[in-house]
Amino acid sequence: MHGYHDLGGTPAGPIEKEQHEVQLWEKRVEALLLLMKRRQIQSSDENRRALESLGAEVYHALTYSERRILALSNNLISKGVFSVEELAAKLKQVEHRKNQLP
Amino acid sequence: MNEPHDHHHAHAAGHRHPPQADHDDTLTYYRRLEIAVRELLIEKGIITAGEVSKVIEDIESRSPEGGARVVARAWSDPKFRELLLRDATSALTSMGFELALFLDTQLVIVENTPDVHNVVVCTLCSCYPRMLLGLPPAWYKSRAYRARVVSEPRAVLREFGLELWDRVAVRVHDSTADLRYLVLPMRPPRTEHMSEAELTALVTRDSMIGTAVCRAPS
Repeated sequence: MHGYHDLGGTPAGPIEKEQHEVQLWEKRVEALLLLMKRRQIQSSDENRRALESLGAEVYHALTYSERRILALSNNLISKGVFSVEELAAKLKQVEHRKNQLP
Repeated sequence: MNEPHDHHHAHAAGHRHPPQADHDDTLTYYRRLEIAVRELLIEKGIITAGEVSKVIEDIESRSPEGGARVVARAWSDPKFRELLLRDATSALTSMGFELALFLDTQLVIVENTPDVHNVVVCTLCSCYPRMLLGLPPAWYKSRAYRARVVSEPRAVLREFGLELWDRVAVRVHDSTADLRYLVLPMRPPRTEHMSEAELTALVTRDSMIGTAVCRAPS
């Protein structure tokens, strides 16, 4: 059986070739992934495993960088690097800061 | 700061864009998630903000120009070309690329000839020879390219404006995290007089993925 990430040979429409500028936050996602690999906290294979565990619906609904940061975050929680509660509190703080912006 | 249309995905059925395009200055849930994960890792002393900036600088310093220099060298120096095809890591470190770039992944260079045209994809995710080409273009990561190039490569190449003779065999190489491919395109005719630096300018990103060929200036 094919995993939902295993797209080779599945039906699909035309290829969109327009250029998309890679944004700074997306480069930061790549930087975090690389640093986690260097620290031996998460290997490429572990990130891929987490991507392949998001479920087909989430995987296809999210953009490339969105699913990569979500997979990383899930792995860091399951490895005990931080807890769900710590992440929730930090997300709230980030949201709050955003509302403070002029 | 309004960069229109910054999605990096194929438009799968059931997923439609909102009327307002997603701008860089909108703090979506996933952008907040990136900030939160990064700040937690910094607070816990696992990484520093400086390291993140340094890695981003490294990412930004890599572009298809690196790969183009390699191709131009291979066109100009038969000994280098032979080594590149046999042992890419040795060839690239001899050109001054850092060995660290090639430690956890094998790089294989596949050579186009008058009889064989090579194309690279990663059907499982988005593996790409970033050390030589920088970050992959959006279409390389798209559902449509990953799905179709393995089953109907000629139709896909036609969409890229590349029509190959029927007698040319098309080989599609599916990359993995541990094994990545770069295409060595054919040197265009009537470029015998050109220097290595001039040749470098003819080598496009897409020609090293295999969705284009190199052409001499007209």
